Amino acid sequence: MSTDTFDVVIVGAGSVGLPTALFLAEQGITPLVIDQFASAGQGSNKAAIGGIRATHSSPAKIHLCLESLRIFSSWQQTYGDEIEWAQGGYTFVAYREKEERALKDLLKVQQRAGLNISWLERDEMRALVPALSTEGLRGGTYSPEDGSASPMMTAHAFYRRAVEKGAQFRFQERVTGLMRRRGMVVGVRTDKGGYATETVINAGGPWAKAVANMAGLDAPVVPDSHEAGITEPVAPFMTPMVVDIRPAEGSTNYYFYQHKPGGVVFCITPDPPIVGTDRRETSTYLPMIARRMVGLMPKLANIKVRRTWRGLYPMTPDGSPIIGRARELEGYIHAVGMCGQGYMLGPGVGRLLTRMLTDQETDADAITLKELSPYRAFAGAEALK
Amino acid sequence: MVEYRIHQHPVLPVPARDAVEFFWNGNPCTGLAGETIASALFANGVRVFGHHHKDGAAQGIFCANGQCAQCSVVADGLAVKSCMVPVRPGMRVAPLEGKPALPDVQGAGDLRDIPTVDCECLIIGGGPAGLTAAIELGRAGVRTLVVDDKHRLGGKLVLQTHKFFGSIDACYAGTRGIDIATRLERDVHLFENVRVWLNSTALAVFSDRRVGILRDGRYYIVRPEMLLVAAGAREKSLVFKGNTLPGVYGAGAFQTLVNRDLVRPTSRLFIIGGGNVGLIAGYHALQAGIQVVGLCEALPECGGYKVHRDKLARMGVPIYTSHTVLSANGTEEVSSVTIAKIDKAWKPVRGTEQTFQCDTVLVAVGLDPVDEFVAKAREFGLPVVAAGDSEEIAEASAAMFTGRIRGLEMARALGRDVGEVPPEWHRTAEVLKSRPGATIAEDLPPVTSGAIPLFHCSQEIPCNPCTSVCPHQAIRIEDGDIMGLPEFIGDQCDACEKCVAICPGLAVTLVDFRKDAEYPTVTVPHEFTAQSIKAGDIVTVLDTEGAMLGNVEVTRVREAKANDRCLMVKVRAPREIASRIAGIRVQEPWVTEPSELLVPHLDDEMIVCRCERVTAGEIRGLIRAGVRDLNELKAITRAGMGACGGKTCPSLIRRLFREEGVPDSQIIDFTRRPVFMEVPLGAFAGVSADGAPPEDAPVRHATGAHEGGL
Repeated sequence: MSTDTFDVVIVGAGSVGLPTALFLAEQGITPLVIDQFASAGQGSNKAAIGGIRATHSSPAKIHLCLESLRIFSSWQQTYGDEIEWAQGGYTFVAYREKEERALKDLLKVQQRAGLNISWLERDEMRALVPALSTEGLRGGTYSPEDGSASPMMTAHAFYRRAVEKGAQFRFQERVTGLMRRRGMVVGVRTDKGGYATETVINAGGPWAKAVANMAGLDAPVVPDSHEAGITEPVAPFMTPMVVDIRPAEGSTNYYFYQHKPGGVVFCITPDPPIVGTDRRETSTYLPMIARRMVGLMPKLANIKVRRTWRGLYPMTPDGSPIIGRARELEGYIHAVGMCGQGYMLGPGVGRLLTRMLTDQETDADAITLKELSPYRAFAGAEALK
Repeated sequence: MVEYRIHQHPVLPVPARDAVEFFWNGNPCTGLAGETIASALFANGVRVFGHHHKDGAAQGIFCANGQCAQCSVVADGLAVKSCMVPVRPGMRVAPLEGKPALPDVQGAGDLRDIPTVDCECLIIGGGPAGLTAAIELGRAGVRTLVVDDKHRLGGKLVLQTHKFFGSIDACYAGTRGIDIATRLERDVHLFENVRVWLNSTALAVFSDRRVGILRDGRYYIVRPEMLLVAAGAREKSLVFKGNTLPGVYGAGAFQTLVNRDLVRPTSRLFIIGGGNVGLIAGYHALQAGIQVVGLCEALPECGGYKVHRDKLARMGVPIYTSHTVLSANGTEEVSSVTIAKIDKAWKPVRGTEQTFQCDTVLVAVGLDPVDEFVAKAREFGLPVVAAGDSEEIAEASAAMFTGRIRGLEMARALGRDVGEVPPEWHRTAEVLKSRPGATIAEDLPPVTSGAIPLFHCSQEIPCNPCTSVCPHQAIRIEDGDIMGLPEFIGDQCDACEKCVAICPGLAVTLVDFRKDAEYPTVTVPHEFTAQSIKAGDIVTVLDTEGAMLGNVEVTRVREAKANDRCLMVKVRAPREIASRIAGIRVQEPWVTEPSELLVPHLDDEMIVCRCERVTAGEIRGLIRAGVRDLNELKAITRAGMGACGGKTCPSLIRRLFREEGVPDSQIIDFTRRPVFMEVPLGAFAGVSADGAPPEDAPVRHATGAHEGGL
């Protein structure tokens, strides 16, 4: 059995584990990242559609995603890698009074949190997204500083830069247990060996609960699956991500945008949720989302669908992530339950965890950690999950 | 002026079709009713259809099968695959330069429900295997749905103008592929319980065991109890410099343009690959009046049937074995090809490069099964079998026979009382799948009187039509083994020429010494137009292998209906060479001479993923950096994420791994995703397809009650 020692062991080389590994390594802390898949970001990260927004309703998520946005938007300048970042903004469209009221109520909270978001009247919305169906259009919110990037290219960029800084990775390796002594983490066992460490970060995404259980802990994370797709690339015709929150038979909402290379990437939230880790394609998905998208934007009827896939949302009872140290086990940190937003939260979470492990926590971090505490009541629900 | 259409063909009828006026880049052009935009453009001498959005590389036809998107053009404002969309009067067609603009539309219109259709057995693919299976299922009373993505049944049979090998009993040997297709199509339509959907592409097998089908632009969900995948094969691709230039494409695309659409897409052709596909494509080219500059094959011998190889050699096509292609040369389209000899380690030998002027390079380097639906169905627990090339790459004769077996097996599995599959069927299927056996040195009997058929057939292949047509039963294969070589065992021959006419390899001649023992008459089978050869012509005759024997006079050309478009050409030849004559050269030697131009070999610039323009150098760099997961490679480079859906480059990428010394066992495979082919979002939304009637054949709706299916 190997007895290599690491400052930190991160379970999961995905949306959260990868940026955390990089930022720790940049601080001179050597992390080991262990992942069951064959390369970086092969779990749920690559299933993300690439949207990145700070326009949430929870202050903690707003805080984390603002930091993520700064990292994504400056990535190419800082590190030199193309990650297909585009600041296209997000728009939540309203076609009925009900959604208009809900969005406008939320707007107040978001503006109070300092977000650049405003209400667009019908004509302003038509000017912003000319392809939208105008029938019944009332307007919508617009947050121009949100954007998108390629999850796959980002994962690879994080991975490569982390390796350069000394982070180590073990792929196709499964964590099988946590070694504990006197209420403290002392190591990690895997199907291929073991590693000594005093700090373990659970960044296991949809598999987070199983990892927590190995530590004798619980993480109320239950995955459900969403299906996404992408089209052929076409010339630019829409700028922001369009989100339609009207519920319909089989789905609560859906959203799509044109990514930088030109394809339209789309995703739908099934209703009722499809709970579990089944990621196999279903026959109901394409007709369901196609009907909604073509109804909202008729010219999409002619764009060719290239590929579809399903990804897992590690859901928590209240729709917010669980981040923080375990009280029961010293050296164990939860960074789980990203609720399908791991890609946009990940860099912010990575920075937060790095500050936690280097005693650089800020007052704002303390507020965030309180809100995302593993020991919170899990009451209430995120308005825009 | 170059003539881009075929007006005369030795085998194919040339139907009269209405002219369709359309515009290319604003210039008036003439197409023919019912033909695709791609064929209409080829017929007007256009073969650069646009430029790639990533690097501006010229784009043209590649698969001619709706699978990739390289032939995309803008037709009346909408980007379409030109090989799939018919040209219409007044259509304004323009090259696709970069990414297409998505046109504005007036509202979404009415969206219909996506219908669900039940059947007991769904057959994907109406080619040789699918049709013979459908006939067995039809006979057994199984409610069957056959879907095929073409406008008529038959699969690749409809492109096969040559006569088939095999045995007459098992698989119509001696009959032309196109005619077999017609017979199978007719037989399938005899069964009311077998429904056929044409222009219908299977898009995905889903985990709820339903199959998504795009039929005439409309989307359907089919719910079968069993699935038969008879989707055939796709052509392997090859990496070399210039491999994505317009003018480089597969033999299947070539046969589609030539034999289906009667377009002459090239005037000078070079072929890479000496398997049956490449050899037959060369023969079809000659029949269509196209010069075949040469054929190269990396192995020391052609892998295809020797009779096919010999037939081509005898027409005057040089065959370069132990040679590989270095580059297709040109900037916007192919203007020449460079080949070189390879050593035992498969490396090109410096100094052996030869460059030939040509406008088209056909890639015919083997086939891969279209088996993704089989894998998905197995994963999802939908009972599935494969037949034909989807199961195992072999000749169409074998596909027809395994189709029958699979059909019967499925009928049994579905509870029909059809009895056991006769054990000898399995044996026959195995024989038909046989690779060519031993090649035996040609041993022509030393005859100098009377008349005698001679067999220029020296390689063991599963074929026996000659043994069944002799009126004296004087031709036999030892022990009745279909793999054996035929011999004449009679004491007399009436010179009826039946054996000459039926041989699919054109490998039987008849030498008649009765009138003139010094200058006997040799009957040579010749599958070219009657106009191309006449009595009195002096022709060059060649031996079995294609070596020149001399010039002789044609004394008679006999055209008989019974001989099924195969001319009996009689030549008067000196006794010394008469027995060795096996064919008549149709192509002058100057056609195949190399030109002086030499082009260097540049590895890392070569394109591996043609859709996303990913080079060998990029992939090699990642392999050397330690990448072993094809999904990671895909994430970094987008190789395999393009329009063809990763159907073309995975085997090329695997080859690069092998070149870099990485064993297959270390490679993590791509994850396969739906859909099989790019489809407009509107089809899934239930937008009424352009031109389609609002309601067609009776279907059951997803929301309505099922009536037990078809």
